[in-house]
Amino acid sequence: MSDTPVIGVLALQGDVREHLIALASADALARPVRRPEELAEVDGLVVPGGESTTMSKLASLFGMLEPLRERVRDGMPVYGTCAGMILLADKILDPRSGQETIGGIDMIVRRNAFGRQNESFEAAVEVAGIEGGPVEGVFIRAPWVESVGAQAKVVAEHGGHIVAVRQGNALATSFHPELTGDHRVHALFVDMVRAVG
Amino acid sequence: MSTLPTTPQSADSPATGTARVKRGMAEQLKGGVIMDVVNAEQAKIAEDAGAVAVMALERVPADIRKDGGVARMSDPNMIEEIIEAVSIPVMAKSRIGHFVEAQVLQSLGVDYIDESEVLTPADEVNHSDKFAFTTPFVCGATNLGEALRRIAEGAAMIRSKGEAGTGNVVEAVRHLRQIKNEIARLRGYDNNELYAAAKELRAPYELVKEVSELGKLPVVLFSAGGVATPADAALMRQLGAEGVFVGSGIFKSGDPAKRAAAIVKATTFYDDPKIIADASRNLGEAMVGINCDTLPETERYANRGW
Repeated sequence: MSDTPVIGVLALQGDVREHLIALASADALARPVRRPEELAEVDGLVVPGGESTTMSKLASLFGMLEPLRERVRDGMPVYGTCAGMILLADKILDPRSGQETIGGIDMIVRRNAFGRQNESFEAAVEVAGIEGGPVEGVFIRAPWVESVGAQAKVVAEHGGHIVAVRQGNALATSFHPELTGDHRVHALFVDMVRAVG
Repeated sequence: MSTLPTTPQSADSPATGTARVKRGMAEQLKGGVIMDVVNAEQAKIAEDAGAVAVMALERVPADIRKDGGVARMSDPNMIEEIIEAVSIPVMAKSRIGHFVEAQVLQSLGVDYIDESEVLTPADEVNHSDKFAFTTPFVCGATNLGEALRRIAEGAAMIRSKGEAGTGNVVEAVRHLRQIKNEIARLRGYDNNELYAAAKELRAPYELVKEVSELGKLPVVLFSAGGVATPADAALMRQLGAEGVFVGSGIFKSGDPAKRAAAIVKATTFYDDPKIIADASRNLGEAMVGINCDTLPETERYANRGW
């Protein structure tokens, strides 16, 4: 793979544009992905923030769920923020009926765990593997991780709750680095994609 | 903007209600459909159809038109039932300038407050001070100046107004085009021209300058007021709306669940006519609709707000 990996952003719904900008600043070639044939062309994928119920519904409706699972199983690097974290969890504690995930990280997430919008907040978060001080964590109706399996590694906590997890080539954060000007988490993910090549 | 709270430096002091948290919430709704619902049952239908949020209100705009009288904030019981029924965000409407209704909505825990021209205005001079709230606000606009005045008051999301409750997309198109055209014009202005532009737009210079640099509003822009079909939703997306509000169009139609799901599909694949065609098949009856040119000036909601 070249030094400029092609990274898709799942563009069914959510803050796709912000991820495309963050990835481009981290020296990746970023493009939206809505169809299986577009998924086949990327080296890595970001699952953005948005509404997890809407995204999983659209993913299964348009035949994206199985291709997504297959690529994640095959080791394609993925990074999910907020709703994206929920979609990368093997299990949701309180799923809407029929809500399916892509999976890839052995963890149980609780949706909207930090509360409704009035409880949404910003806080500095230390992330293992990110140098140069804490990142600005923007938590919006954010989930947290209840527990992780043996293969998954907790990389950040806030207020005693797990808010970032990595397992192999899969990374997930409860918060939204794409909404800040700080692209270090995206740079870390771009490095993960390069490493696979 | 200097008045906005910034990120705290310490992990011990999380900050709520910041501009980033309020505007960021709207970013999460992009590419989605926000549906008007009047009870928990409709809210569930909307959620199952793939809505990114619901707008809880007592009567959809088409019924507000039909019934007449003063339209107000909904009953707190109804809003709470809807909050209980779904896990997607719940929005609710306050009257323009009725900051006490907004305080009540915030206390109920709604995720977004729509200071809406669809309800009867409570103040014909002032809108609510939206910086005074933790809950973010969405406001309607018919042009760029109006949008920027709302943002200056603290709105964290803008929707082009259209003409709610008509099932006619013509005003939605007019207002979105107006906003987009004015943004495009600003883009070409040099610094000398921006001061006069701000005066003309009756909007703060700093915001005018920001829009000129960004080439877009500093907050998310949705479209509202008259979307009734999948093709209407896709049209608004192709014209530059980042998502759509659908009011009466869904639950005033023959098969709400099917139409709701179809509008969601067309909003995501707004640039794919084949998918829009498939989504448009056998939807049953659309809402009848009203021709806006037969609508008297006094019955135009878009004229409310200033």
